[in-house]
Amino acid sequence: MATTSMAGSAAASRPRGRLHVWALFAVLLVLLPQVFRSSLALTMLSQMGYLAIICLSYNILLGQGGMLSFGHAVYTGLGAFVAVHAMNRATQGAIMLPVIAVPLVGGLAGMLFAALFGYVTTKKSGTTFAMITLGIGELVAAMSLMFPGFFGGEGGVTTNRVYGTPFLGLTFGSQMQVYYLIAAYCFISTGLMYAFTGTPLGRMLNAVRDNPERVEFIGYDTQWVRYIAFVIAGFFAGIGGGLAAINFEIVNASDSLSAVRSGGYLLFTFLGGATFFFGPIIGAVLLVLASVLLSEVTKAWLLYLGLVFLLMVMFAPGGIASLIMMNLRVARFGKLKGLLGWYLALALTGAVMFFGVAAMIEMIYHLQLEDAQGPLLHFMGIGLNAKSAASWLGALAVAAVGTALFEATRRRFARRWGDVQGEIEAAIHAREAAGA
Amino acid sequence: MEFFVISLLNGLSYGLLLFMLSSGLTLIFSMMGVLNFAHTSFYMLGAYFAYTISGAIGFWPALIVAPLLVGLLGALFERHCLRRVHKFGHVPELLVTFGLSYLILELVRLVWGNATVPYGLPEQLQGPLFTLYGTQFPKSRSFIMLLALLMLLSVWLLLTRTRIGLVIQAALTHPETVEALGHNVPRVFMMVFGGGAALAALAGVIGGNTYVTEPAMAGAVGSIVFVVVVVGGMGSLAGAFLASLVIGVLQTFAVAIDQSVATGLRAIGVTVTDQTFGHELLQLSIAQVAPILPYLLLVLILIFRPKGLLGKREG
Repeated sequence: MATTSMAGSAAASRPRGRLHVWALFAVLLVLLPQVFRSSLALTMLSQMGYLAIICLSYNILLGQGGMLSFGHAVYTGLGAFVAVHAMNRATQGAIMLPVIAVPLVGGLAGMLFAALFGYVTTKKSGTTFAMITLGIGELVAAMSLMFPGFFGGEGGVTTNRVYGTPFLGLTFGSQMQVYYLIAAYCFISTGLMYAFTGTPLGRMLNAVRDNPERVEFIGYDTQWVRYIAFVIAGFFAGIGGGLAAINFEIVNASDSLSAVRSGGYLLFTFLGGATFFFGPIIGAVLLVLASVLLSEVTKAWLLYLGLVFLLMVMFAPGGIASLIMMNLRVARFGKLKGLLGWYLALALTGAVMFFGVAAMIEMIYHLQLEDAQGPLLHFMGIGLNAKSAASWLGALAVAAVGTALFEATRRRFARRWGDVQGEIEAAIHAREAAGA
Repeated sequence: MEFFVISLLNGLSYGLLLFMLSSGLTLIFSMMGVLNFAHTSFYMLGAYFAYTISGAIGFWPALIVAPLLVGLLGALFERHCLRRVHKFGHVPELLVTFGLSYLILELVRLVWGNATVPYGLPEQLQGPLFTLYGTQFPKSRSFIMLLALLMLLSVWLLLTRTRIGLVIQAALTHPETVEALGHNVPRVFMMVFGGGAALAALAGVIGGNTYVTEPAMAGAVGSIVFVVVVVGGMGSLAGAFLASLVIGVLQTFAVAIDQSVATGLRAIGVTVTDQTFGHELLQLSIAQVAPILPYLLLVLILIFRPKGLLGKREG
């Protein structure tokens, strides 16, 4: 968990490299919609933009503060609701509010509610914190059904983002303009949140995560540090919610305040990598890819997702970001070439295992959901019969062989990986000795 | 009076069901420091297993077999998944059980479908046990109460009167010493986790046919059970018992009362109309507020008594 600060200080020692990364990020945000021009791609990119803000704000809690929250959707959702109502009031002419400022309204709302609920939740840390956030999440979700005036009941609240006089010629009628609004907010919020990790408060938050007793001995109030971090996270979550409201022009309580939504933020922030600052951005991209594309490919996508998550927690608790960073480290010491063959072997045996297991999963889903269409189904170019023993035995055999091969390769790879890490440690020690 | 007694009985039986769930969770938490997020998923598995098994060999054997199977699954999960992430700390432990709850939900949907399954009561538990003031009290709810009390008694006897119980209690506070004395502490942990899962499944076997058996059943009680554990005091079995009964009775009474602040104000002569300030809040009936009462209780407890009703220390 100490890797966030390590990455931070390593980056601080190379300011030019850091600048390049930010420039690349900005160029990517600007150019991506020009490269992927379809309307589906634009919709997905817009979602990735605000989800990146939300997942990064979630990681202020999970990665930087060690606070596992099960109720982050409360702050994004409430931010979205306030943003929608603000837009509707502005349409009626009751208040002056350009569309550009609407996410800020959402952010302030998220911050306000985080300040309110955070007082209760941040009283505790660790496991109890997790349970309380879950309770608060349920509380707000249940309350939303009791106040249909504000939350719009089952149908939700709709709005229209095109109102008032155009600002610099921008009406936000087209999805492209909305994307660039989201991208701008994404870039600024990411920058601000990165800056936050370097502030004394951000450092203190890491210390509260790693060793709260010692922090109290130095004279800091751990609860207060957690509280302020919680409020800041609430602010950025609200910005994400406000952008979502602009993007969809509808907010629905049963969806945007639900525990499922909160669980999704947790799941993908973790998959992306909570121990590195940029991990949640990967998580946001995966979230959109999984919920838009993967759900088209297979009906069993939630099952695959759960499996991947479980394996990730068990074998790579640093998420995808940590896998990338570990391999970058190996590459920097010139040892990546020796591992490429292993990666190929792992990928091949893993693919065989996946092929067998997935064939069985798809057959079960087919039997359960599409039985009326007959027992035949297509799986990766192969015709399977969900009611024939041959298909089942074949899939089972492929899965068993794949699993055995993969496990054997994995064990030997783990040994090799340990050796390589040992060699790198030794090289670092040698370098330090030479330097001293 | 009739309303009061019947609601009290219903509340107690619901509270005791909650206790059957929270006792396992509390045991696992106090021993291993693990908050088992998948605990109510084991409850759901218990109900579904019992549904399938009772179709084959009848309800009474299922009452024994289903919890044993789920307990075995729980022990396997502890052995192969939970133990692996133990060294990473408590947050990954929580995450791995969170992932499991996700997976179990999806598997249950896959195997038994999205709709409610017709898991009915056995003949012996159908019908009323007794009639009070003309209202019948069902046998099934009485059976829940009986089973919960029996379970409480046997868990208490097991923990305080048997050798294995003493080892468990010792491993709770001094795992190293217990290990030095030659006991296999990881295996004790595995048994506790499996035992907790089996208790949850037992609650599922009788909760599933008294209430409903559907994929949403784990989520429906999940957060309430967490509230019970926090309100009672993290890791306190007696606290969990008290909090379960309080929340069970509170919720049962609340859903039956169709009064609101507005009707109360009208009764003492205050005129309340649509134009009164905060009308939306005032005209909510207590029955409408019922779903959030446990969470309000949670918030109040955290503000005024952060260690919980019977908790020993502040975490």
